[in-house]
Amino acid sequence: MNIRLSDAIVVGGGLVGAAIALGLRDAGLDTVLLDEGDIAHRASRGNFGLVWVQSKGLGAPWYQRWTRGSAGEWSALAADLAARTGLDLALRQPGGVHLCLSEEEFADRAARMAQMQAEAGNHGFEYRMIRRDELAAMLPGLGPAVVGASFTPYDGHASPLALLQALHRAFTEGGGAYVPEAKVRGGSAAPRDFRVETAAGAFAAPRIVLAAGLGNAELAPLFGLRAPVRPQRGQILVTERARPVLPMPTTTIRQTGEGTIMLGDSMEEVGFDTGQSPPVMAQIAQRAALSFPWIADLNIVRAWSALRVMAPDGLPIYDQSERFPGAFTANCHSGVTLAGAHARLLAPMIAAGSLDPVLAPFSARRFDVPAAA
Amino acid sequence: MFRPRPEARPATVSVLVEGRAVAVPEGASAAAAMLLAGLIATRESAVSGAPRGPLCLMGVCFDCLAEIDGVPNRQACMVPVAPGMRILRQRGAREALR
Ligand SMILES: Cc1cc2nc3c(=O)[nH]c(=O)nc-3n(C[C@H](O)[C@H](O)[C@H](O)COP(=O)(O)OP(=O)(O)OC[C@H]3O[C@@H](n4cnc5c(N)ncnc54)[C@H](O)[C@@H]3O)c2cc1C
Ligand code: FES
Repeated sequence: MNIRLSDAIVVGGGLVGAAIALGLRDAGLDTVLLDEGDIAHRASRGNFGLVWVQSKGLGAPWYQRWTRGSAGEWSALAADLAARTGLDLALRQPGGVHLCLSEEEFADRAARMAQMQAEAGNHGFEYRMIRRDELAAMLPGLGPAVVGASFTPYDGHASPLALLQALHRAFTEGGGAYVPEAKVRGGSAAPRDFRVETAAGAFAAPRIVLAAGLGNAELAPLFGLRAPVRPQRGQILVTERARPVLPMPTTTIRQTGEGTIMLGDSMEEVGFDTGQSPPVMAQIAQRAALSFPWIADLNIVRAWSALRVMAPDGLPIYDQSERFPGAFTANCHSGVTLAGAHARLLAPMIAAGSLDPVLAPFSARRFDVPAAA
Repeated sequence: MFRPRPEARPATVSVLVEGRAVAVPEGASAAAAMLLAGLIATRESAVSGAPRGPLCLMGVCFDCLAEIDGVPNRQACMVPVAPGMRILRQRGAREALR
C-alpha cells in the first residue's frame, strides 16, 4: 500500500494546526497537514477574534507571558501573511477594556489586575483601572450602567477567518500539503517513527504534531501523550454593519473591519451540543445594550455557537511525548491570540526537536500532581 | 427600465423616493417603488461603496437595503408601501450612534 512519507505530519487544520504547519514549512520541513471535512467541530471557524492579553494567566504568570509574547509576534505575523497572500487580517492592537457594570465587578477586576501585576514581577504588566467619566470620553455612547473598566495596552483584535485562510494559503503556496477528509482513525508510534491511517491514505513521518482541537483527547494516548480537553460552548451575536464607532475592543464587544459589531460570548458546559439558546442570547444582548445603549437599535443579522477546546485548568497544553519522542501536542482555547506564538515560536522548537523550558509548565504532567486536600 | 405588469392594480399610493413623489399600486413593496422611480442602483454597499440593487425581491439577499421613514438598513422588498412613505437609498453602512 502507498504511504506518503514526509518530515512532519500535523493533525488538525484549525488555527493551531495551520499556524504550526506553516511554521514547520517555513523551517524547511516537508509538512503534511491532515484535516477532517466540513461537519467537524471547528472552533477556528466560530470564534470571537480577540487578540487578548489582559485576562490571561491569573495565578499562572507563565501563561500571561506566553500570551503577551504572542500578541507581540502578531504584527509581524499579520505583515508576513499579508505580503505572502494579499489578505488583510484586519489586525488592530489599540489596547482593550474590560467593562465593569457594578462597583462589585470593578473592585473584583481591580484586585485581579493588581494580582496579575504582582505576579508579573519585573517582566512588567501595565494596566489602568479607569473610572466612568474618563472612560466615557474614550468610548462613544457609553451606557450609564458602566462604572468603569480595566485597560491594558496589549489587547487587540483581528479577523479570525482571514487569519485561518491566510495561514492555509501561505502553507500550501509555500509547498505544504493540505489533505482534507483525512480524519486520523488510528496509527502506530515508535520514537521518531510515526504512521497514521486516514480515508485519504496512510502517512508516515519522524515527527507528528497533534493539533486536532477536541479530537486530541482521543488521539493523544495513541502517541504517548495526554490532552484531557473538553468542549465549552460559546454563543455569539453579530449586528448589521455600521460606520466605525468603537475605537477599541472590549472583552465581549468588538467592531470588525467590515463594520459589524460582534457580541459575545457565553461559557457553557453542555458537552458537544452546538445548539443555541435564546436565554443565553438574550443575556449577551442585554449586557451589550447596558454597555452601549445604541447597540439595541442595531439589527442582529447572524448568531451561532461554537465549542472551545478547554483543558481542566483553562491553560494551554504543550507537550512532547516521553515515550515516543517526536510526537508533540498543542491545545488551547485562545488560538487566535496565540497564533503568533504558534507559528513563530512554537513551530521552530518542534522543528528543532525539543520544547523550550519556558513551555515546561504547560505539560500535561501538571495534571498528575494530586490536588492538595 | 421597469414597467408594471398590464394587470397591475392602479397606482393609487403616493410615496417619496429620494424626495420625489412616485405613485405605486397598493400592496407594492418599497423596493418596487424605487425601481418604478427609475433607480437602478438602490444602495451603495457597506464596505466598498459599490452600487447595488434589489435582486431576489423576496427577503433573502439583503441587496435592497434602504432607509425607510428614517430607519436605515431595511429590506425594502419586505416593506409594503404606505401613503407618504419616505424612501431613501442606503448609502454605505449606517451610523450606529445617531
Ligand atoms: C465562541 C468562541 C469564542 C472564541 N473567542 C476567541 C477569541 O476571541 N480569541 C481567541 O484567541 N480565541 C478564541 N476562541 C478560541 C479559538 O477559537 C480556539 O482556541 C481555536 O480555534 C482552537 O483551534 P484548534 O485548531 O485547536 O481547534 P479547531 O478549530 O477545532 O480545529 C481542530 C481541527 O482538527 C480536526 N480534527 C479533529 N480530529 C481530527 C482527526 N482525528 N484527524 C484529523 N483532523 C482532526 C478538526 O476537523 C478541526 O478542523 C474562541 C472559541 C469559541 C468557541
Ligand atoms: S431584494 Fe433580496 S432581500 Fe430584498
